[in-house]
This record gives sequence, C-alpha cells and structure tokens, in this order.
Amino acid sequence: MTLTPLPYRVDDRREETRDTVTFTLAPSGEPLAPFSPGQFAMVYAFGVGEIPVSVSRILDGSRLVHTVRAVGAVSRALCGLGPGAQVAVRGPFGTGWDTTAARGRDVLVVAGGIGLAPLRPLIDTVLAEPETYGRLNVLAGARSPGDLLYSDEVPFWRSPFAEFTVDRPSAGWTGRVGIVTGLIDEARFAPSGTTAFVCGPEVMIRATARALVHRGVDAARIQVSLERNMRCATGHCGHCQLGPLLLCRDGPVVGYDRAESLLTVREL
Amino acid sequence: MTGPAENRLPPGGVTEAVLDRSGLAALVTALRRRGRTVIGPTVRDGAIVLDELDSATALPYGWGVELEAGTYRLRRRDDGAAFAHSAGPQSWKSFLHPERVRQWSADRGPGGDLTVREERPERVSYAFLGVRPCDLRAIRILDRVMAGGRYHDPAYLSRRTGAFLIVVECTEPGATCFCVSMGTGPAADAGYDLALTEVVDAEGHRFLCRSGTEEGAAVLAELPRRAADDTTRTAAVLGVREAAERMGRSMPPVDLRTLMRDTLEADRWDDVTARCLSCGNCTMVCPTCFCTTTEDVTDLTGDHAERWRRWDSCYDLDFSLLHGGPVRATPRSRYRQWLTHKLGTWHDQFDSSGCVGCGRCIVWCPTGIDLTEEAHALHREAGGSQEAP
Amino acid sequence: MTTPAERPCGARLLAALPAGEREPLSSLARTVVLPAGTRVFEEGEEADRFWILCSGTVALDIEIPGRGRAVVETIGADGLLGWSWLCPPRQWHLGAETRDVVRAWEFDAAAVRALCAERPVLGLALVTLVAETIGERLRATRTRLLDLYGPPSDGPAS
Repeated sequence: MTLTPLPYRVDDRREETRDTVTFTLAPSGEPLAPFSPGQFAMVYAFGVGEIPVSVSRILDGSRLVHTVRAVGAVSRALCGLGPGAQVAVRGPFGTGWDTTAARGRDVLVVAGGIGLAPLRPLIDTVLAEPETYGRLNVLAGARSPGDLLYSDEVPFWRSPFAEFTVDRPSAGWTGRVGIVTGLIDEARFAPSGTTAFVCGPEVMIRATARALVHRGVDAARIQVSLERNMRCATGHCGHCQLGPLLLCRDGPVVGYDRAESLLTVREL
Repeated sequence: MTGPAENRLPPGGVTEAVLDRSGLAALVTALRRRGRTVIGPTVRDGAIVLDELDSATALPYGWGVELEAGTYRLRRRDDGAAFAHSAGPQSWKSFLHPERVRQWSADRGPGGDLTVREERPERVSYAFLGVRPCDLRAIRILDRVMAGGRYHDPAYLSRRTGAFLIVVECTEPGATCFCVSMGTGPAADAGYDLALTEVVDAEGHRFLCRSGTEEGAAVLAELPRRAADDTTRTAAVLGVREAAERMGRSMPPVDLRTLMRDTLEADRWDDVTARCLSCGNCTMVCPTCFCTTTEDVTDLTGDHAERWRRWDSCYDLDFSLLHGGPVRATPRSRYRQWLTHKLGTWHDQFDSSGCVGCGRCIVWCPTGIDLTEEAHALHREAGGSQEAP
Repeated sequence: MTTPAERPCGARLLAALPAGEREPLSSLARTVVLPAGTRVFEEGEEADRFWILCSGTVALDIEIPGRGRAVVETIGADGLLGWSWLCPPRQWHLGAETRDVVRAWEFDAAAVRALCAERPVLGLALVTLVAETIGERLRATRTRLLDLYGPPSDGPAS
C-alpha cells in the first residue's frame, strides 16, 4: 500500500530511554511488503498524524520494528501507545542501505543519537553474514549514558570494534566522552577498503563524512541517511526536496559524493 | 450513446476539417452527449476563467486580455474571436489535481480496532476545450510527476485517464508569454485529441480542426464541418507563426538548468527577495506546481478520522519544517527554491523543465516579479552576455 | 594498508614527521605502562611531559566543588595526551586519569622543546601536528555546545 495505510497492532513495547520507545507492530490484516535496512514507513497515530520512521530491525514474517523518539505531536502520541493499541502504516519507502556495495569490505557504522535506529538492521545484516563482509566497526554517539540505544546489544557488535561515546557523562559512567568522530582513529578498518554508513543529525553527518574522507575513505563509499520534511513519501508532495533530490524517492540513503555539495548550500 | 450519425462514420473518422461557430457549438454538445464534463474558458469576475461549459455560447467570444507583470485586464475585441486571449488565473491542474482531495478515512471501533477505507475517486470524464499548447505541455509534465514514477496518484489518474483534450493553438500571445523560449508553443505538436486554430479574416470566423487520436477523429466526424482548404490552412499556419514572433518575454538563451545550478549563491537572490512577499501566488497559478500537504482531521466523536491532501506552497514557512524549525527560514531561500526547482532541479527529478512559459506567475505576482527578468539577471551576474553562446 | 589499531605505537605521530626527523624524536620516547586509575597529572601542576597513547583510554577531568571530578573528554589509542607543555604558562588546565591499563610513549617536554629549537623542520612538523589535534578538539567541543542530540528547540538562536 502506498497512499492508504494498513492497520497494525502494537505487539510489544520496550522503553529504550526516557523519551524513546521500540515497538513491534503486527499486521491486523494484510501486511505491507518486506522492508530493507534503511527504508522507512509512514506511521499514523489515529487522529493525530503521520510521520516517517525507519525500520530498526527486520524480523522474519510480517511484523515491523520501529524505534520512535518523542519529539513532536505524532511521535509523542505513538510513544504513549501500549500493547494492543492500533496504528496504521504504509511503506516500504525510500532507498535502503546498499549492503551489496559493502561486500568483501570493512564496514564502518557511525551513528548519532536516534540515528542508530535505522543502522541497526544493517548491523544485523553484517553480523548475520560475517564471511561476506570485512571487519564491522560500530561508533555511536549519544547525549548521555541514559540516552544510549540498544546498549545491551553492543557487546555482540564488537567484531572487532564497537564503542559508544556521550556528550554529557553521568556519575559512574566509565565509557567514552566526546563526539563520535573522536572514535574513528581507534576503529579497525582499512580506509580504501571500507564502506561507511552514517546516520544522525546533519551536522554530525557532515563532520563524520569529512573526517572519513580526510582519512582516505572514498566519498562514494560513504552512505549517509538524510532527513527533510516529509508528507506523502511517494514523490508527489514536494516537501522532501534537497536540491535535485526527492529524499523520499532518491533517499533517505544517499552517497556522500552526491550529498556533499548539497549539504554545504545554506537553506537549500 | 451511439447515434445514427456515428453509424455513418467512415472508418478512422475525420483527420482535418474546418468548423465554423456552429461547428464549435456542436463540438460542446457532442462531448456532453458522450457524458463528458466540458471545461473551457468563460468570462467571470473580470477574468477569463476555466469552468464547466453548458454550451459554446459561454466561450469568451469577443474578449481579449491585457497582461503585464502584476496586471490582468479584460478588453473587448471587435473580431469576435473566442480564443484570442492567453492564460488566465487558473490552469487545468485545478481539475486534474484539485486543491483539496480526501485520500482515505479511518474509523476506530469500540475495541480500538482501526478500519481504513481508501477513497474511491469520483468518476469524472472530462473534456478540456481551449487548452493552450503551453498548458498541454503542463499537463504532460503533471502526468510525469503524478503518474510517471514508481507510485501513481489515484486521485490524479481518475481525472486524467481518458480526458479528452482540445488544444487551441495560440495566435494572440500575451505580453507575459514566452512559450517559444521554453519550446512549448505556440503551435501544438502532439498529445491532443483535437487541435483547433482560430482564423478570423475576410472569409469569416472559423477553426481549422485536426484530430490527433481516433476518438478525436470520431468526434470530428460527428460535427457539421467542411473540408479543409488551403486558404484556411495558410491563414492558420501564418497566424501561429506570427504569434511566435510576437512573444512578450524570453528566457536567456542558455541552459537554464546549468544556470540555476551554478548561481545558488548569486547576489541577485537578495535583490528579488527585496520584492518578493512570499505570498505563494506564483505557485498557485503555475500550471505545473504540484506541491501538497496533508491534513489529518477527526470528527467530534474522535472515532472517525480523515486524511485530506491540499495544495501547499514552497513559500510557506512550514513547508520545510524540520525538528521545530524551517530549513528555508529566509524568503531568499524560498524564492530560490521555487525558481531553481522550476527551471533547474525539475530536470533531475522529472526529466523535463517545470516551466512551460505561460507567464501566469508574472501576471499574478502582486509585486510584478518576472522570472524571465530574474533569469536574465542571474545570467548577467554569472558573466553571461545577452547573446547566444 | 594497515588499520590504525594494527599500526605500531606512535604511528600517526611519526607519519606526520619528515623521514629524517622521526628517529631524533622517537629516541626521546620512553614506553610507560600506567595501571587503571592512575592520576597522570592534575590541574595546576607543571606541564612537563606529554604522551602518545598506544592502547587504553585516559579521561580528562576538572574538579567541581560539590560535584567531584567531571569528565570532559576521553582520549583513546593513537591520541595525544597533553599539549599545555607547548606554550606558556605550561601548566595543566585539566586533570587526567587512566580508565584502564594504558600503554604510552612518554616524552620529556623540555627535551622535546630543546630538540625542536635545534631542528626547526621537526619543530614545525610537531607544532602542526599538535595544532591539528587542538583543532579537532576545539571542533568537537563546539559541536557538543550545539547539543545536537538534545530535545528539538525553536531553532538556532541566531
């Protein structure tokens, strides 16, 4: 379904942090077509509105997993839903992470904040086929230790390197402090043989991509997930334009070689 | 619906003929008899607007328009011509891509179960009479935007599919017209069911009519007509050719897509922003501006919700809202978005220009901003001359 | 192509120096192993040394009365620990504590400054490298000032 959403039921709800919830949704009737890592759905909270949300895990079967941070009216309404509540979903939309481009190469995943959510299915994909990919590095930044997503999964991601860093450490935090680009020099990858996947606030994406290019990663091998206002998700409403791109159609995942010049024009 | 006249049709219908005013009247009648809703130009509220025509008498016989940047005036013509006017405040998108459309409704049952019902588009069979060649191109551009990609818009398709298009070639361009620059007129090339060229001379008021489809040929065969003659053909060709030489405006003779891409930081944007009110009129009157937003509404019970889609404008501050603030916060960036999209990035997104040279945005701009003047200024600032490269 | 973690200790430092200047500098290095929890230096002390970390992590902190030591940044493998030795007043502005076992190259700051005075090519290369590190930390600090992961606000205050 593209324009008309299908009803889904909240099957499971897990509070990740103070403001972020991961939902497992099961179709009430007909399911949507399968999603790929990096793609997004339009999730509708009854009577409130609809927002784009990436899939944060790909399950077998027809259930969907989304991680939602309560920042606006719709996301707050969604985060307030308990098991059994119904939403309506359409999708899948957009380009996903191009994992085939990373076959046989080191994989560098760099996430900022909720940007880790769309990257988790990619991490799952790489971990499921270790012989297909080179070394997996996961670098993730968050505001504070309490804002870390999926922290119980991090130990499984260390193949060979996974590290979280926070802007604001709390008492007793023994992990890293600083921005996520500060971890790049510790990761284990060969720059010319690496495919990088980056998602987070746009400022963080720009800084990370620049740092990676500086270290010798080819801009075309850096995939970034971008965000703009989104209404229809089907390429008809014009809201998600970033210069020549319609991000619902040509994105959200775009090669940094294509995105770089667009991200440096103010208010494009 | 098949009348006796149709039974006498030669196979393939008629491809060319001359109609007089009664032939035009018969055309409207024939289309209405076929169950078509006939839309065409008519005078209302001091303008030539597009509306449903009960008969051809509603056509703006003897009316012309005077256009300039920020100015639109009706004026009487003494030749009685029906189509000697150029673009009015509306375009065919008002019918193909209406201002408000309900897309679906949802109901919440007592147990909280949701039922979502897709909107069944109303069945409508349009005939558009008096489509100018520039607007014919605009319809083809909308076709590509709304139904040429991976996802097809059902609301658009339900109105567009099977629509009968009667193009009328331009013999009287307005002072704000520049279809020649955009390669969209004043002659009609393809994509119509019937094409008319209006001729008013010593031999009378008549229309050279050509069919472009089988249905067009079949309709033409139903009408009172006479065989096309060389005098009328020559007058028609000359009328259109002369119109091409009387364009009121032109674009700089450069690749506009490249010009837009390379002038994103030009000073000229500040100049135009000093005049732009961000009112969005240009986007409303543009025959290809397609942007929409969504509205989710509920009734008083709270258990019935609807999704509506309505026209939106890239000049609206909320258009680019992201995390509590607009990406395009300044009027400068919003005007730049509109113009660079229309002339430049539209090519990247939909493989054509988004501008057809109809001039509506110039006419209906309250401060008379003229996109051809802006393009010339950007070209000059980029170091180009007025001459072709 | 080797990865940073596979490179020998101080690889990034040495790679930034002209070939003929590497040996004179690395001959001043002393390998040290610092147990977890070692206070490497304290705010206000004389900045007479610096370190290139080979493995492990060091936290930079600042003492706030009533709150204890607040960690402002951590430095990991291949990172430069300490640049206050370069310019006056040559006092540490922060404290530093190892988070785990740290292996590092330790340099005597006075000796390095003397070597740089003798060998201007080395001096310029080393100062450039330190400036790059300072620049990275400044950019990181500015980015953190933006509180990018914080709740959305009404936009920038500009």
